[in-house]
Amino acid sequence: MRLVIVAGPPATGKTSVMLHTLRHILTDKIRVAVCKIDCLETSDHSTYRRLSLPVMVGLSDYICPDHFYVSNLEEIFAWGEKQQAEILVVETAGLCHRCAPGIKGCLSICVVDNLSGIDTPKKVGPVLTTADVVVVTKGDIVSQAEREVFRRRIEMVNPAAHVLEINGLTGQGALRLKKVVLASPSIEGVEGRELRYPMPSAVCSYCNGETVIGSRYQMGNVKKIVYREVSND
Amino acid sequence: MIRKIAVLGGITKSGVRETLRMVEIYPGEIVAVVGPTGSGKSQLISDIEYWADGDTPSRRQIQINDQVPAEFAVETSLRRLVAEISQNMNFVIDMSVRDFLLLHAESRHIENALEVAKAVVDCANQLTGEPLMMDDSLTALSGGQSRALMVADVALLSNAPIVLVDEIENAGINRLSALRLLAGRGKVVLVVTHDPLLALLADKRIVMQNGGMAKLLTASPSEKVLAGRLQKIDAVLCELRERIRLGGELTPEAIKEVTWPDAQRVSA
Ligand SMILES: Nc1nc2c(ncn2[C@@H]2O[C@H](COP(=O)(O)OP(=O)(O)OP(=O)(O)O)[C@@H](O)[C@H]2O)c(=O)[nH]1
Ligand SMILES: Nc1ncnc2c1ncn2[C@@H]1O[C@H](COP(=O)(O)OP(=O)(O)OP(=O)(O)O)[C@@H](O)[C@H]1O
Ligand SMILES: [Mg+2]
Ligand SMILES: [Mg+2]
Repeated sequence: MRLVIVAGPPATGKTSVMLHTLRHILTDKIRVAVCKIDCLETSDHSTYRRLSLPVMVGLSDYICPDHFYVSNLEEIFAWGEKQQAEILVVETAGLCHRCAPGIKGCLSICVVDNLSGIDTPKKVGPVLTTADVVVVTKGDIVSQAEREVFRRRIEMVNPAAHVLEINGLTGQGALRLKKVVLASPSIEGVEGRELRYPMPSAVCSYCNGETVIGSRYQMGNVKKIVYREVSND
Repeated sequence: MIRKIAVLGGITKSGVRETLRMVEIYPGEIVAVVGPTGSGKSQLISDIEYWADGDTPSRRQIQINDQVPAEFAVETSLRRLVAEISQNMNFVIDMSVRDFLLLHAESRHIENALEVAKAVVDCANQLTGEPLMMDDSLTALSGGQSRALMVADVALLSNAPIVLVDEIENAGINRLSALRLLAGRGKVVLVVTHDPLLALLADKRIVMQNGGMAKLLTASPSEKVLAGRLQKIDAVLCELRERIRLGGELTPEAIKEVTWPDAQRVSA
């Protein structure tokens, strides 16, 4: 089974892009299953269902969705196999982008959009820098020059990435992503495989539901801010 | 060297084959794209910009010198062959004019970036009213200033052999000077327009209908004569526009002095 990880900031067009891409893939009679990982709520499953695919949703609730995703990868993979899927797409909602869900040996797609600001490629971090494919959406809203400048910024932080411009509304560009997905390697299982980037530890009292502010209430892995004067330059 | 660009017909919005199965465009030609709103004009030029290979909503395929684009050049070089002024009136990206132009120059592998950037700003200021500055933020520019900068950027910085222009007539900038600037010698130029003058100044025009290329017309000699006359009328209108927007008042005497081109009939 091919495991395809799709990540990126909220509302950049992950679902829209995958919907078009999967529609193309399904015309080849390839079996696909989709899993969506989110925190509190999502309606993505009903969107994917439109393609009549097996869809599963995992809500992380009080746990960081990226950590939740890693802790459940084996189960998700097993579910995909049970569906007899040849391609399993996992769309993750990742919150802070300090974590990257990419797995060594599996296709990792990061979706960003042209509207998210010129510094986004730098800020997004490992989820973008470790991706094999960076999809850029919403090019219909900006000028060609802006698209080129945005693409340049992406190439600066991830020179190895395959950058694809896809219109999430019309699906323009999705056939090119289909080819990349079909060319990605198939794997036997996820056990023993490695993340492309370590997830930072986040085991503090607030991870466990603490709500009261103050050092007295903080336990575990707490990191305190280091002050630095910021001058106007 | 580009010798020819061919657009191979795809489907209309209703999913049937579009009437024109192939349109060929040669360097040095200006082709107008006309049609009602929503008829697919922007889609057509976006297909060229994207080097469509049956994978856009129109299913068209673009060829260059009778080859599929991938055979002609690698993707990065292909992208640099096309400069497009899209229909967007404003910038969304939040950076200064200078940083934007320098980064754009870098993305297009231009060496003397700062010089080119300065030339772009000078050129934009010749097209627009109130001048824009290097340190201005792109998002703070007015619609007209943005369009002027986009035009100057495409003309001087991108300086590509294929130029695609989507409706420059609505920006309050002089559309004829803008077009002259964009349509450099020996370029393939497509201009989407609702403006009769721009449409008739072109060598050919593609008529769009329901998402498909419905007709290809070549400008007839009588249309060319008409274009000449429209240009004279346009010059009068432009002059009036300039006077009015600089706060001028048109007294009865001033109005009497406006000279309209003679109203002789146009014969073929
Ligand atoms: N104009 C434009 N809108 C787009 C494009 N791609 C997506 N959208 C719109 O952006 C919104 C978000 O798209 P989604 O596909 O739901 O984004 P997502 O990344 O899956 O969102 P989450 O799963 O909630 O993080 C929708 O309203 C889409 O219609 C595009 O290329 N152009
Ligand atoms: N051949 C086609 N098949 C499917 N969809 C199409 C086709 N041509 C255009 N469309 C879609 O129709 C919509 C309108 O097309 P487009 O924006 O190109 O119109 P336009 O002629 O530029 O209109 P305007 O004058 O208002 O700018 C777009 O969403 C476009 O993707
Ligand atoms: Mg989604
Ligand atoms: Mg249009």
